[in-house]
Amino acid sequence: MRAAQSSAAEGEVWRVLARVPDPEIPVLSIVDLGIVRYVHRAADGRLHVGITPTYTGCPATAAIRSATRAALDEAGHGDALLEEVLSPPWTSDWVTPEGRAKLEAFGISPPAATVQGRMSQPVRCPRCGSLATERISEFGSTPCKAHYVCSACREPFDHFKCI
Amino acid sequence: MSTAAAAPARRDRALNEALFRYVLRLADTSLVLGQRLGEWIGHAPALEEDLGLANLALDLIGQARLLLTYAGEIEGQGRDEDALAFLRDAPEFLNLTLAEQPNGDFAHTIVRQWLIDAWQIEVYEGLAGSADTRLAAIAAKALKETRYHYRFSSGWLARLGDGTAESQARAQQAVDSLWRFTGELFTADEIDERMAAAGIAPQLAAAAERFARRVAEDLNQATLARPAHQPYPWHGKRGVHTEHLGHLLGEMQHLQRSYPGVRW
Repeated sequence: MRAAQSSAAEGEVWRVLARVPDPEIPVLSIVDLGIVRYVHRAADGRLHVGITPTYTGCPATAAIRSATRAALDEAGHGDALLEEVLSPPWTSDWVTPEGRAKLEAFGISPPAATVQGRMSQPVRCPRCGSLATERISEFGSTPCKAHYVCSACREPFDHFKCI
Repeated sequence: MSTAAAAPARRDRALNEALFRYVLRLADTSLVLGQRLGEWIGHAPALEEDLGLANLALDLIGQARLLLTYAGEIEGQGRDEDALAFLRDAPEFLNLTLAEQPNGDFAHTIVRQWLIDAWQIEVYEGLAGSADTRLAAIAAKALKETRYHYRFSSGWLARLGDGTAESQARAQQAVDSLWRFTGELFTADEIDERMAAAGIAPQLAAAAERFARRVAEDLNQATLARPAHQPYPWHGKRGVHTEHLGHLLGEMQHLQRSYPGVRW
């Protein structure tokens, strides 16, 4: 019974976190981004929420932490502990399938399914679907994005870096 | 040895002090190089490169924050990342002398970056398997970023070296003038040896060979010559710096020094 109550509370917290947007790509929630590592009630009776940074220098990290804190507080989980987890390091493999679909619909080409397979997977234009695309720069408007252009429709676009 | 393995949490004081200084060396090299790259913002030759250098700077400063925070915890005197970054003087900074060298032209910045990226790849690969789990986690995270920094810098090295007569001359000049700072990268002192013996840091001798091979291949691809002169043994990681570091710190620390404790 205790376990069932605990997992229901954890499920509710996951739903709360699924409404916290990434500040730089607001169509993605922090759950879509794959940076929430765990939600669990520990032996001390408190909820522990583990979050991992994407890039070590990502300026959004502090904003994400405070938005997550605020969302937990508002949902009545003011005593939940927010913890930073470094290992294993985040990679774009952690972006969920829902997250990838949202990125593409928003006009950002999603990362390859796996970092290992990135060489064999061409980057697809999120606008016209062409695979004839060219990288302009490995660095874009945020640390997690690279700058591409489509050779078919000539539209420039962001590609979520595969790292 | 066996006691150390049995109780890794109870480090002796000398090892703790050596670890503190070792982590500061890594942190300060990232911080100082990140600050240097930040000087390019708004001045790079093209918008893409402006963004690229700023992205590298962000990653490096992010790595420095993780490392400085850890260094402060090892020291146990209550100094956080900000106290260590903004309230130490030049002789207390333990970065590689190469990292503090001025930006010069774009070729100088690229060559400096390429040498440090290649050094960081070796160091972080070794540290990813460190007996110190915190350092291993930071290194594994930083390594992913360092690999694409290296793609950026080695790619530009090849384009500048194997480019126009002007770009080649400038790239060669940068290699020739920065080469003298490379002796420090893989010269182990007692702190490096102590860390390697404790299984915390990689053996620098093996890393030095891989670094030398990589550098030779990259120079070859870029049609640049490896300088014949021997690098001078600088001692930035022991706190002995060129005058450039003082100027860099003067700018970086100005706000905290002028208005102690000021917050955003």
